[in-house]
Amino acid sequence: MKWFWYASPQTFYPLAGRIARWCAPAAALLAAAGLYIGFFVAPTDAQQGEAYRIIFIHVPAAWMSMFIYVVMAFWSALCLALNTRLSGMMAAALAPTGALFTFIALWTGALWGKPTWGTYWVWDARLTSELILLFLYLGFIALRAAIDDPRRADRAAALLAIVGVVNVPIIYYSVQWWNTLHQGASVSLTRAPSMAATMLSGMLVMALAFWMYSIAASMLRVRAIIRERA
Amino acid sequence: MLAAVRCVVHRDLLLALRRRSDVATALLFFVIVASLFPLGVGAEPNLLRAIAPGVIWVAALLSTLLSLRILFESDHEDGTLEQMLLGAAPLGVVAAAKALAHWLVAGLPLVAIAPLVALQYDLAPGLLGVLALSLLLGTPVLSLVGAIGAALTLGLRGGGVLLSLLVLPLYVPVLIMGAGAVEMADAGLGGGGQLLLLGAMLVVAAAFAPWAVSAALRISLE
Repeated sequence: MKWFWYASPQTFYPLAGRIARWCAPAAALLAAAGLYIGFFVAPTDAQQGEAYRIIFIHVPAAWMSMFIYVVMAFWSALCLALNTRLSGMMAAALAPTGALFTFIALWTGALWGKPTWGTYWVWDARLTSELILLFLYLGFIALRAAIDDPRRADRAAALLAIVGVVNVPIIYYSVQWWNTLHQGASVSLTRAPSMAATMLSGMLVMALAFWMYSIAASMLRVRAIIRERA
Repeated sequence: MLAAVRCVVHRDLLLALRRRSDVATALLFFVIVASLFPLGVGAEPNLLRAIAPGVIWVAALLSTLLSLRILFESDHEDGTLEQMLLGAAPLGVVAAAKALAHWLVAGLPLVAIAPLVALQYDLAPGLLGVLALSLLLGTPVLSLVGAIGAALTLGLRGGGVLLSLLVLPLYVPVLIMGAGAVEMADAGLGGGGQLLLLGAMLVVAAAFAPWAVSAALRISLE
């Protein structure tokens, strides 16, 4: 496979269109399946009642919000190291989707917190880090918007993303570091999950749906950026 | 290399001395912001004692942010920065020297005056040393990380507001550890852990930030 063949925006443009055409319907189907499992198949939680069902949106959105930032930093590093035009465009295309998922994670978390913790917002380490992640996304978008020359915008925003990626591990490990109100991670690769299998499968299907949506949305956006700069 | 550091630091300090008002404004801003809080939240001594570390640290963050503009702006306008870019000394070294000079001009006065402000908040005398030490370790990090943002936003319209949007989220860990050190010491747990983490942040920032600043300067000036 010739990776660098697709490094040029010109040859990537049709490929991005093909990927988006496959991923968008897959996202819709998976989301329908995931929501069906979440609402009708998964049992009611013994302690939290029906309110827990928001995790089928909340947890995958939080995963995506952190993961997209890492992918954005990866493209940014490529942009600075190899000076390829497409990597800067990819980072730019991912930022709005990442900011969207960060916002969704915060919003659904607040809606879940009210019935469960009795408050919409607490200054817990994980919530605070997620909020800072949202600020980092907005700073990235704002810096790009302030620079008129697209190549300078790519490189400046890339540097900012790499500096900000230090924040992502802090989010992940903050549970162990500060050990506050937010419950520890329920899903782990090394030990058996502490939730019903149907709940877990619903969550994983929703996560796949969000993956497909992110790929489709960023591909469509990168196509728009390529057209804009052509 | 050391000669370049000495030269840049000496020059920036001399410029700051000739233009004293830039430095004084940021320091005055720090004192005024810290004085506004009791007027806003009320003069209840217990409340003031509780919020003192956080208020002083937030005021230090904002004051540093204000003075970041002087770091590269005038050098950028008169072309000195381009000469530094072309010069023989590595740009990372020049960037580190400029951050050091900025800290000497903007950070060190905050460390000196913070205990006085803390007295207004009736902070216990034993905590003044911890507060000053946390600022001594933390403000260089603010200068180093802030220099990255100042270099990225060089010559952009609306640069000041944009700079705060970029830099303030990155300042959060310093704020948490700095204010946390004083609060821990107040609770009788000793602020040693937080101070050590601040020291670690300083080491990491001193090692990597100059490199990022020089990359940012090259992007902004190409």
